[in-house]
This record gives sequence, structure tokens and C-alpha cells, in this order.
Amino acid sequence: MSGTNQSSEPLIRVSHLKQYFPISTGFFQTRPLKAVDDISFDIMEGETLGLVGESGCGKTTAGRTILHLYKPTDGEVIYRGKSIRTAKDIEEFRRKATMVFQDPYSSLDPRMTVADIIGEPLDVQHLYKTKEERRERILELMDHVGLNSEHAARYAHEFSGGQRQRVGIARSLAVNPDFIVCDEPVSALDVSIQAQVINMFDELQEKLNLTYLFIAHDLLVVRHISDRIAVMYLGHMVELAGADEIYDRPLHPYTRALISAVPVPDPVQARANQRIPMTGEIPSPLNAPPGCPFHTRCPYAKESCKESMPELREIEKGRFVACHRIEEIG
Amino acid sequence: MALLEVKDLHTSFFTDAGEVRAVNGVSFTLDRGKVLGIVGESGSGKSVTAYSIMQILASTGKIVSGSIKFEGEELVGADEKKMKEIRGNRISIIFQDPMTSLNPTYTIGHQLMEAILLHTNRNKQQAWDRAVEMLRLVNVNEPEKRMKQYPFEFSGGMRQRVMIAMALACEPDILIADEPTTALDVTIQAGILELMKEIQKEMGMAIIMITHDLGVVAQLCDEVVVMYAGSICEQGTADEIFYNPCHEYTKGLLRSIPTTGNEGQRLQPISGTPIDLLNMPRGCAFAPRCDAAMKICINEKCERFLINDNHAAACWMNIKKAKEGGKQ
Ligand SMILES: Nc1ncnc2c1ncn2[C@@H]1O[C@H](COP(=O)(O)OP(=O)(O)OP(=O)(O)O)[C@@H](O)[C@H]1O
Ligand SMILES: Nc1ncnc2c1ncn2[C@@H]1O[C@H](COP(=O)(O)OP(=O)(O)OP(=O)(O)O)[C@@H](O)[C@H]1O
Ligand code: SF4
Ligand SMILES: [Mg+2]
Ligand SMILES: [Mg+2]
Repeated sequence: MSGTNQSSEPLIRVSHLKQYFPISTGFFQTRPLKAVDDISFDIMEGETLGLVGESGCGKTTAGRTILHLYKPTDGEVIYRGKSIRTAKDIEEFRRKATMVFQDPYSSLDPRMTVADIIGEPLDVQHLYKTKEERRERILELMDHVGLNSEHAARYAHEFSGGQRQRVGIARSLAVNPDFIVCDEPVSALDVSIQAQVINMFDELQEKLNLTYLFIAHDLLVVRHISDRIAVMYLGHMVELAGADEIYDRPLHPYTRALISAVPVPDPVQARANQRIPMTGEIPSPLNAPPGCPFHTRCPYAKESCKESMPELREIEKGRFVACHRIEEIG
Repeated sequence: MALLEVKDLHTSFFTDAGEVRAVNGVSFTLDRGKVLGIVGESGSGKSVTAYSIMQILASTGKIVSGSIKFEGEELVGADEKKMKEIRGNRISIIFQDPMTSLNPTYTIGHQLMEAILLHTNRNKQQAWDRAVEMLRLVNVNEPEKRMKQYPFEFSGGMRQRVMIAMALACEPDILIADEPTTALDVTIQAGILELMKEIQKEMGMAIIMITHDLGVVAQLCDEVVVMYAGSICEQGTADEIFYNPCHEYTKGLLRSIPTTGNEGQRLQPISGTPIDLLNMPRGCAFAPRCDAAMKICINEKCERFLINDNHAAACWMNIKKAKEGGKQ
């Protein structure tokens, strides 16, 4: 299977996952918007897999579909060797897999106290016997994310962005998950606060043995936090490899252009960097071009690239690339 | 003569909760053809500095004191007629929030052409051509078709690029760009930064680039102003700021971002929470969050130390260096 690892059993295996949204194109007519189109990969226990790609390429949809917040159009998600199919599977999976959202401002109910926000999943899943047990669990969760017990009775809107994101994370930890999809969890935070939250993700991972799918558009942040990075383009996965390998030696033509465009916070390096320009149309997932999804902008594209879709292949150990010409272009 | 000279600018908002001193003694100069970066924490007064220059503050806001000279001419106290001449023609701004700055009832083409006709000497046909050309330059596909569309038919990123196209098409002397590329993908951002640089070189335009992205600063800026709590804590050439930071906030900021040198290590965050402008500390505004704070930092506002000809910082840590320098 492409994009997967045979050596040991992964925590999560995503297999040929698809998410098509029906878009109406007139009365009684719909066309599928292929937001996620056949992606496969493994996430190992305790690992952080970064997920990057341009706006609209399907990162959030992939995350939500893996968690079965959207019903997959096709394909499957396998958790600890077991395929998730029935409503009961999904319910059980939800206790082990949660999501942290981008916007700490809008994702929390302003009328609820911090304790109630964090306690809500406990209530929903009936995860305590006594009021006292509930309270203790909430305080423990707050402690995990570096909030004081005195914050418990306060309202989220009284908090700074970084603190709100901590509340959101404590809430998603409430069910004792072992897998968390983090969707742009630091993008809305001020730079000086980002580092606090990134470190917290690192510490929680060590302490609670968590596994992350970490979605973000800041490649330096993703590289910092991830063990491996997956690159998506127009609903497809185009490259998957170790974080440093992707950053230091990107192989897929899209990844190369992406990495070369990252503004590095270092003037000397910035002056030396040569960007690989990308021209051509940015296609829409409603009108995905035939063949390689990147051919309309790829500097290496040939006629044959327009004809068939390149498969994600393991071209070096642990390195997966979907490009017809990868051997030729070196 | 500097193209723009801002001297000891103080801007406040008079709210029910009290006077919010959003800009507290900001001074800098900008020469023709230069790019000045303004960085700093959210709420540190970057946008308000820009709005003060353009005099487009909210009704509760007021320039309390200070001077803003454009080509030697004082703008503080200038009448609205004068400011109308300046805005768009001589100084244009790309706003942080692109959603609010396009008129939803006119086509993109109409709005672009209107700006070009108003601010440059072109006839209608030339303005149309220029508008199409600008759209193409900011990576909007099928620009001829796009000219006839309305803002709601554009994605957020596309609208932002239209705003950039519009500001550049007016060929201003100074372009103020307030977080212009935050909503854009890095590949698009890189193209737009290059475009700005090209146009700036070609026309000798000066740019004030407001951003939280130190990568963008490193790529584009000649000089950098670092703001904290309404004041400039450090200013200098980009190389000085990146390789010889002399204010503890700047140092903290540089330590806290992931770079291509600290991967695998824990980041070193700046501790504490952002400042509350209504409860400003007595001494250095950064002292409550500063790991290096000394007694003097807590008690006294810091003076501005000249590190060298290209660099100044308002941090008491420099007093020792300054004294040693003085002895020599
Ligand atoms: N509920 C939905 N119904 C219809 N289309 C959708 C829906 N959610 C997402 N899409 C479309 O699917 C595609 C992928 O969107 P998605 O939000 O997953 O992208 P993303 O990679 O997370 O982008 P961003 O970086 O901007 O968050 C886009 O074209 C989007 O417009
Ligand atoms: N209309 C207003 N009324 C009252 N206070 C205001 C107003 N506009 C801005 N402020 C305050 O002035 C200070 C400076 O705001 P400004 O918008 O300049 O920050 P900024 O540095 O641009 O931040 P960001 O990076 O978030 O854009 C903030 O504390 C803000 O709350
Ligand atoms: S398959 Fe062809 S078009 Fe696609 S990335 Fe490779 S060279 Fe470019
Ligand atoms: Mg998303
Ligand atoms: Mg601002």
C-alpha cells in the first residue's frame, strides 16, 4: 500500500480515504468537489505527522474525515488494527481521537466558565462518578496545560489568545485521547505566545504519549514539531518523508517550490535563497485537471504528466513521492 | 531631506475605561526607495502608527502630540483637503483586513480603474490595461474575466491580492502595507514580496512593511523598528536587529521562533502575557516579562541608547556597554 509502513503496526492507518462534497450546479444537479481524493498513510504511536499544503488543498477536510466528523466518501481509517465502520466503532474512536481547532476565539462558548468548557466532554461521555471526581479531573487537565486552579471559575473571554488555546487543548484532552488532530492550533496566536503553546504540545506528548496529526501553514513551525511531514496538493498527497528530509531536500516539484518560498528569519540566508517560481493556473478541486494535479504549474511537466495520475511511490526508504518524472529530474 | 519623518508621535484613544495610549513617543525616518519593517506584538501600536500617518484614526482616536513630516511638510494639523491629496496619491495603505476595504457593489475592475484614474495620469484604456496587468502580476488568473466580477466572487486571498494590486497601481511615494500577506499561501506571498521589491526599485517607492513575520522582514526590509507597548524598543538596520539584538524583547522574540538552527530543541518562549495599556508599569514596559530585569528596569523608563550609527535600543542592559564605551 502506498504511503504506509509495513514494519510495525501503526496507531492510525489511513487507507484510500476520499471525501467528495456534492456541489450543486443547477436544479437537481450536483458535481463532486474532490476535497480529499484517495490519500493513504500511517501514523505511528507517539509520532507527530505534520500536514502542509496550500489553502484549500484539503488538510482540514482530511483531518475531519479521519476523525469521522465527516463520513468518508470512500476508503477507511484503521485504529490499532481495527477498521472503523459501525456507529459503535465511531463512538469508541471518538473517545480516543479528538481535535484542537485553529481559532481560540470562536471555538469556545463565551457564556461558559473554563471549568465547564473543560468538563463538558466529561459530562457527555459520563466519565466520572461523583462531582468531586469531575472537579479533580478538571483541575488535573488544567494543570496539564499550565492553567491555575483559580482560572476555573472564569470565563474564556477574559483570557488572552494563548490562554484560550490552552483551554481548548485541555478540553480535547478530557476524554483521555491518544490521538489528536491539531488544525492550525498556533496560527491565530501572537508570535511571542506561539512558542509557549508549541512547547506545551511537545511536553504533553511526552507526558501522555500522544500522537498528533499537526496541520499548519507555517512550515518552520511544522518542521519544528513534526517527525514526518506529509504534503498535500489539490486533495492528493504528493510527498511524505522525515521532517528534516522534506525541508533540506524536498523532492516533489511542488514541495521544492513550497520550501523555496518559505521566508527564513535570517537576512543573509534570505538574500542567498533562490525561489523556484511557479506560474500557471491554480486549479480548483471542482475542476481538477486530468493527470498529475500539479501539471498546470509544474516547471518539469511533460505531455505524459497530463495523461495519468502519478502514484505515491516509496522511492527511497521512508520517502514517498507522487511524480512521474522524479527519477529523471533527480 | 527624508521622505517621511515621524517625531515623538503620541496617539491615544479616549475610551470609557480611560485614555489608551496606543502610540507613545514613536520616531523614525524613511528615505526614498527604502523598506522599513515594523514588527512587534499584537496590540503594540503598529497599525495605529500607520493610521496616524494617514490620519484615518477611529473617531475616539487623536494624535496628541508629535510631528509627521512628508517631504518636509507637516501633516499633523493639516486639513482634510491636504490629507485627501496625500492619501492614495502620495501615500497608500494596504489594510490588514481585506474584507472591509473593497466595495461589494462595484466590480473589481471598476474599483481598480477608479483608483488608477484618480491617482495617475492615464486615460480609460490605459487604466484598463494597467489594471489587468496588475492583476496578472499578483497572480490573479484570467484577469480580463476577473475585472468584471464582484468582490464576493473572490476568495479572501484573492481579495487581498486585489488590494495589493490597487495600492501598487497608484504608484505612491510611500506604500504602507499592514500585514499584507498574512492570509496568503507562502508560494503566493513570495511572489508578491518579490513584486513589491521590483516595483519599489523601479519607481523608487518607499515601503513601510508592518508584519509579525520575521521571515518577511529578513527578506524585504532595509531597516526595522521593533515596537512594544506603544513605543519603539529597538530600531536599526535589519542585519543589526537580527544579528546584534540589544533589547531583551527583541532577543526573546528571535529565540522564540523556530528557525533552521534550533530544530529538535525546545523553543524559548517569552514568558507572561501581553501588556495592558491601561495598566502600564512604571519602568520599562517589558520588565514584568523580562528574565533579565534589574531593579532599575522596574523603577525607571529606559532611555534610548545608541548602540552604533545604525542601531538604537531602549533597554537598560545597554547601560554597562554604554558606560564602557564612554570610558574609551
Ligand atoms: N463542508 C464543505 N462543503 C463543500 N466544500 C467544502 C467543505 N469543506 C471544505 N470544502 C472545500 O474542500 C476543499 C478543501 O478545503 P479544506 O478546508 O479542507 O482546505 P484546507 O487545506 O484546510 O485549507 P486552509 O489552509 O485554507 O484551511 C476546498 O476547496 C473547500 O472549499
Ligand atoms: N478604536 C480604538 N479604541 C480603543 N483602543 C484602540 C482602538 N484601536 C486600537 N486600540 C488600541 O491601541 C493599541 C494598539 O493597537 P494596534 O491596532 O496599533 O496594534 P497592532 O500593533 O497593529 O496589533 P496587531 O498586530 O494585532 O494588528 C491596542 O492596545 C488596541 O487595543
Ligand atoms: S508528474 Fe509531471 S507534472 Fe506532476 S510533479 Fe511530476 S513532473 Fe510535475
Ligand atoms: Mg484548514
Ligand atoms: Mg495591526
